Amino acid sequence: MKQRILFFFFLITSIAAFAQNDTLEMADTFRSNGKIYVVVAVILAIFTGIILYLIRLDRKISKLEKTSHL
Amino acid sequence: MNKWWWKIACILLLLYTFIAGLNVFNLSVFKVPRLPILYETIRNLYYHVSMWFTMMILFTISVVHAVKYLRTNDLRSDIRSRQYAVVGIIFGLLGYGTGFIWAFNTWTDPNQSQVASFGAIAKDPKLIGAAIALLIYAAYLVLRDSISDFDKKARIGSVYNIFAFAFLFPSIWIIPRLMESLHPGGNGNPALNPSDTDARMRLVFYPAVLGWTLLGVWIATLKVRMAFIKEKKLLRK
Repeated sequence: MKQRILFFFFLITSIAAFAQNDTLEMADTFRSNGKIYVVVAVILAIFTGIILYLIRLDRKISKLEKTSHL
Repeated sequence: MNKWWWKIACILLLLYTFIAGLNVFNLSVFKVPRLPILYETIRNLYYHVSMWFTMMILFTISVVHAVKYLRTNDLRSDIRSRQYAVVGIIFGLLGYGTGFIWAFNTWTDPNQSQVASFGAIAKDPKLIGAAIALLIYAAYLVLRDSISDFDKKARIGSVYNIFAFAFLFPSIWIIPRLMESLHPGGNGNPALNPSDTDARMRLVFYPAVLGWTLLGVWIATLKVRMAFIKEKKLLRK
């Protein structure tokens, strides 16, 4: 357990040395053939929904503030 | 809608966080370090860690308003203090949930079933400390909202809020660092120390923190304005 933590910690602190390590399998194909767009599109859809909701709420509250003379 | 600019900044920063954070356009600037065990999950830094940053900032705003109430006896400060604390708790819960997903996929022992080895992970001091801190803040809401007299409610709430904020430090910053933990960032100043995080990741991480914080503040200000309308009569006195 402790060895694993130490290993992990040293990896993080010596990131510069590991930056060139290209042998590890990452999501490279997912990115190069463009499928990461799908994930980001889903995230952005959710995000726009939340933001539109927030803007609508903001406007509604502004209107209420006007009518109640705060 | 008053003062739009920071809300637009919030949206733009978060769009940047999603697009650059997941490196949609496959640019070398946004490539992340290749680390075993973590792999692409290292990108969770932009989301999971930002949640805790936002929580900490919102709790700080909350305690500032609590102190302000005690100095001025202005009920508006008490309402602000309460609403910032609620949104802070929500971000804390989101940080907990995202941390759960991340830990479940990276910390578990590959030789055991995920569920079995998660039992060992759940005992991590950082998780317990964060849970205690959030529960103390939950108690703040229960305590403040259970008192019907508005003056007493505001005063007791504000005093308790200061205690809750003070307790954040031992429970999430000090005790977890004194114990053995799988959670990274036990030494020094995690995330704030520039040499801890890869330069390319900082390019996304700092805007991400700012964007999420602005989102939290936005939600909190909406809640504050709603509460002001609701307590209109009380505030006029």
